Amino acid sequence: MENAFEVEGVGKHYKGFSLADVSFSLPRGYIMGLIGPNGAGKTTLIKLVLNLVRRQSGSIRVFGLDNLVHEAEIKARVGFVPDEPNFHSDVTLRDLAAATAIVYRRWDSEAFQRLVSEFQLPMQKKFKTLSHGTKTKFALALALSHGAELVILDEPTAGLDPVFRRELLDRLSGMLQDERVSILFSTHITNDLERSADFITFLRAGRVVFSKPKDEILDSWAVVRGGKELLDAGARAFFDGIVLREHGFEGLTSRIQDVRKLFADRAVVERASLDDIMVLMGKEESHAAQAAH
Amino acid sequence: MRILISNASPDPIYEQIVKQVRAQILSGELIEGELLPSIRGLGQDLQISVITTKRAYEELEREGFINTVGGKGTYVAAQNQEFLREKRMKAVEEKLAAAVSEARLLGVGLEQLMEMLRLLHGEGE
Repeated sequence: MENAFEVEGVGKHYKGFSLADVSFSLPRGYIMGLIGPNGAGKTTLIKLVLNLVRRQSGSIRVFGLDNLVHEAEIKARVGFVPDEPNFHSDVTLRDLAAATAIVYRRWDSEAFQRLVSEFQLPMQKKFKTLSHGTKTKFALALALSHGAELVILDEPTAGLDPVFRRELLDRLSGMLQDERVSILFSTHITNDLERSADFITFLRAGRVVFSKPKDEILDSWAVVRGGKELLDAGARAFFDGIVLREHGFEGLTSRIQDVRKLFADRAVVERASLDDIMVLMGKEESHAAQAAH
Repeated sequence: MRILISNASPDPIYEQIVKQVRAQILSGELIEGELLPSIRGLGQDLQISVITTKRAYEELEREGFINTVGGKGTYVAAQNQEFLREKRMKAVEEKLAAAVSEARLLGVGLEQLMEMLRLLHGEGE
């Protein structure tokens, strides 16, 4: 399968934080969610793909091209919505859009005008006067108006109301009707991805915990809730993360059948959500109060 | 085709699609040769992953309910009437078996069960 991009063994070190040995890829024509707690390195990773941050090791290819050698060509084919859209703040949206239109060979002013009226963007206003949500909508309209084959969105739904979030997700899956278009979408609101994402990459503390088809992930994990007395040493070995609460425990397991057999009907075994997986994985048996921070 | 996805169901989403399409073919609601939505179209419509709809279609194809014609689309396959009848008979048998085991638990004997069945059967006529 042809990839929209592939990241192999990439590293980037800062004082106090590193991305280490990161490898994952997105097949063309699909939508991938990049999830992880704040500070996991999601934004840094996105910037590495776009070469807004220079990698120190490994390789990154976008559309099969090295992202350092072919930076200009890649950027022409990518639409990017940063988490903090940042334009000249004293310039009106109309002038910013005109400046952007010049940069892209495949600028589609009709598509842009449609988005401007759909998003009700105040084109005569200066960028700095906009709310965070409107800034994101403006960046989104620019990113979707030059025939991008890869759209990368960094926390696009933060600061947006639920109605617009749903519309955005509809729009993204609509774009996938064109099988050449791929989307990478980072968020810590995993609900946004629970349904429409094809692949999920989970990043934690600068490392990839997993990068797999979403269905495979949701089918292979379960959340187990039961009384603490069930947790002898043998039972503990079945879990990839456990949180103890006053009235019982909550654990994450990939050994669903074993756990069902062991506990029978003394515990509740349910499909895990992405949130459950993100929160529980790797949790030691700390008390919920301690686990909370 | 009518598909309702439940997020609260313990069944994975692809299985919900398989079950509903299968039921609609068995009941004759979907007929031979009918064009189904494309994998990507259905994914968008239901707001679910393309991988999920693809998996559902693959499963239905394996079971012989649908056919994919490369480049044209996915259609409801010709169903062997004998085979369909057999499948539906099997479903009846399974439901009766469930009723029998429930009756055993309650200590309801064969005679009483037959009487109940006779009444129910009569009602349906």
